[in-house]
Amino acid sequence: MDILFLLIPISLIIMGIAVWVFLWAIRSGQFEDLEGPAHRILMDDDDPRIPRRPNLKGDGD
Amino acid sequence: MTNTTHQQECFHCGLPVPPGADYGVEIDGARQPMCCHGCQAVAKAILDAGLGDFYRFRTEKSPQARELVPEQLRELELYDRDDLQKNFVQQDIGEEREAALILEGIVCAACVWLNERHVKALPGVLDFAVNYATHRARVRWDNQRIRLSQILEAISAIGYHAHPFDPGRQEQVYRQEKTRALRRLAVAGLAMVQVMMLAVALYAGDYEGMSDSLRNFLRWVSLLLTTPVILYAARPFFTSAWRDLSRRQLGMDVPVSLAIGAAFVASAWATVTGRGEIYFDSVTMFTFFLLAGRFLEMGARHRAGQAAEELVKLLPATAARLTEAGEERVPVADLAPGDRVLVRPGEGVPADGRVLEGSSSLDESLLTGESLPQVRGVGDLLVGGTVNNESPLVMQVEQVGEATVLSAIVRLLDRAQTEKPAVARLADRVASWFVAALLVIAAGVAWWWWQHDPAHAFSVTLSVLVVTCPCALSLATPAALTAATGALTRLGVLTTRGHALETLARATHVIFDKTGTLTEGRLCLERIELLGSLDRQQCLEIAAALEQASEHPIARALSAEVAARLQVEAISATPGCGIEGLVAGIRYRIGTPDFVRDLQSSPAAGAAALPASVAGVVLGDTQGFLAHFEFGDRLRASAAATIRQLTAMGIDVELLSGDQAAAVQRVAEQLGIQRYQARCLPQDKLRHIQALQASGAVVAMVGDGVNDAPVLAAAQVSLAMGGGTQLAHASADMVLLSEQLPHLADAIRTSRRTLAIIRQNLGWALVYNLIALPLAAAGWVAPWMAAIGMSTSSLVVVVNALRLRRRPDE
Repeated sequence: MDILFLLIPISLIIMGIAVWVFLWAIRSGQFEDLEGPAHRILMDDDDPRIPRRPNLKGDGD
Repeated sequence: MTNTTHQQECFHCGLPVPPGADYGVEIDGARQPMCCHGCQAVAKAILDAGLGDFYRFRTEKSPQARELVPEQLRELELYDRDDLQKNFVQQDIGEEREAALILEGIVCAACVWLNERHVKALPGVLDFAVNYATHRARVRWDNQRIRLSQILEAISAIGYHAHPFDPGRQEQVYRQEKTRALRRLAVAGLAMVQVMMLAVALYAGDYEGMSDSLRNFLRWVSLLLTTPVILYAARPFFTSAWRDLSRRQLGMDVPVSLAIGAAFVASAWATVTGRGEIYFDSVTMFTFFLLAGRFLEMGARHRAGQAAEELVKLLPATAARLTEAGEERVPVADLAPGDRVLVRPGEGVPADGRVLEGSSSLDESLLTGESLPQVRGVGDLLVGGTVNNESPLVMQVEQVGEATVLSAIVRLLDRAQTEKPAVARLADRVASWFVAALLVIAAGVAWWWWQHDPAHAFSVTLSVLVVTCPCALSLATPAALTAATGALTRLGVLTTRGHALETLARATHVIFDKTGTLTEGRLCLERIELLGSLDRQQCLEIAAALEQASEHPIARALSAEVAARLQVEAISATPGCGIEGLVAGIRYRIGTPDFVRDLQSSPAAGAAALPASVAGVVLGDTQGFLAHFEFGDRLRASAAATIRQLTAMGIDVELLSGDQAAAVQRVAEQLGIQRYQARCLPQDKLRHIQALQASGAVVAMVGDGVNDAPVLAAAQVSLAMGGGTQLAHASADMVLLSEQLPHLADAIRTSRRTLAIIRQNLGWALVYNLIALPLAAAGWVAPWMAAIGMSTSSLVVVVNALRLRRRPDE
């Protein structure tokens, strides 16, 4: 069980890093909009694979 | 494939396409109908930018597009002036600038996608990010390559409207508060996870055996992890408890602080001496749960506060000041009393003042709730924030800034809001009795054990404090409220105050404000009475042709009915009276009966007499009257069903309105509302509500206009329709974002279920405390059992509360 005397301090260091990453995320504004990104990921920015025919410009009159 | 026979929906905004309109646009290979030039232009702009996918992504119909008139484009250009930009633009190195924008017209996530893609593609725009939750955007651009006005114009081209705004002090305070709360949550959460893990090891060690050195090591690590939680994360509880104590009150935070503080001190002492129990797991868990609850509450509060800032956009950013040299555009902030200002049709009135020249009708609906435009002539008062509808006015500024009516309404609202926490104070008083009783019992137990068995006095007292720790009790209400709030938000009912659900469940009266709550808030043609030889279609077409240039709501209602196809010559408008013009060589007038009668050369004997009461406008030519148009505000589709549901729930429904008696009576009769009052000023409404409250009623007020804000704040619980003025949201306890009236009934049902769950939770917590307290006081409960008991009782409470997350209709 002596290995715990090494492993637990290591886990504390990792936790410290986790806290630091969290605080960095807060500072860089990643928690400002909690709704948008969930939707944004569903919006495809890629062009469709099968090209559609070019859009006709309205009807003119 | 044009539409001529049946009503079609506009592909862009979903409004009915007027018969005869021909504004189709080819989208994805199919020709889609459009209702107007505005929507057609917007759809074309979206397609031309290669963003046609917007129509596949969106989940809601877009708002109807308004085309910018040249004056509005000129207004946008004013935002390029450096003296105006200094109010809202951050200038970085060189010509890089950054501004915050309020975006109007965002209805779903696809709107965000469309705006970001479109604006980012503009050359010179460095960054553009839309916050979906707040409908704000931040834009960075290179001023040498693009002007701010061009960016705003590009946003208008795809059917949205953007106004720059000053993020201001309030916004920064909110951001700081939120950042701080998140940091506390992060520290408490991560520490909790670690400490719980060590606690499991320690509990296991108690049974399986563990070397003393390892046991002490784990305790020291726990102490190390819990210290930042106490010193940093739990600080709000300690400061709030200290504030309560220094004001000689007992709030919920006092026993919370006492439990956290005492448990920590005792645990730390146990760690240092190597004897006794530690409760670090309970301390961190307790802190984390409480912080999480408060964070959720804060988010809702902030959203309400941000809406208030949007009131600023009621005032235009610039005004046309008339000087001897001519007309000059100045920022509204530079106006001073005595200035002469030109207000063009379609523009907002920049400050309070009087009319010097001209007369026109003004849309005051945002300030007074009056749905019909008001005519103002020379010498009449103009209120800042109202919109000029018809013809140019020259006004003399009398009040600016803080002295204006708009500012006064905002201040009234502020005051009403600070007077509000009466309900909260009551809850605090009840809590303080409980807390006082708890402290007295703990002290009594400590004293008794000190007399009989001093060695165990501290551990027993601590057991009592931990076991009776108002954890379940303090979680009972917030957990249920948060779960219910979440369920309602998914329905489109936003709760902005913690007490709203509790109070709504007890509501005995629901009071509606007619304009915009029971009706759609838009005039439409209700009836045509034919008085002459022409038929219905001819009258409509002539009327629409005459009115086509006007921005008056009546004109809009007419042109929604029929497309203006006839040519009009020599058109002239007389503000407050009507419009005259030549159609196919015949002179017509539309407007008030007197105005139209003046056109008739001689009172023709054959001319049909007017009906006794004229509620709308009449159309006539030189021979006599042709038609009488009546307009009304259409009722919301589900209003009657909602009223029936409310009545079935045993709630008294009333209607208080600022509108004309006839209109209010008609609405009340159609909906089956027994009690109603017309022509109410905000003061009348306030007095009526206070009289009801004095007789013991719990009043829920549903409103929408700015004038309602003080009334909304005076009712025990208030709801605003999402489409109403943003300010009303700010003072309302709940907002019906969906604008679906049936959700009001759902909200009341949910709130009643919430109250039932809260009662169950409180009952459970009470029973648990009544059983555990004597056992702990007798010394039969070891502190670790107390901790497990406390956690279990909290878990039961939370799980019970989570049942509320089901939708109310399931």
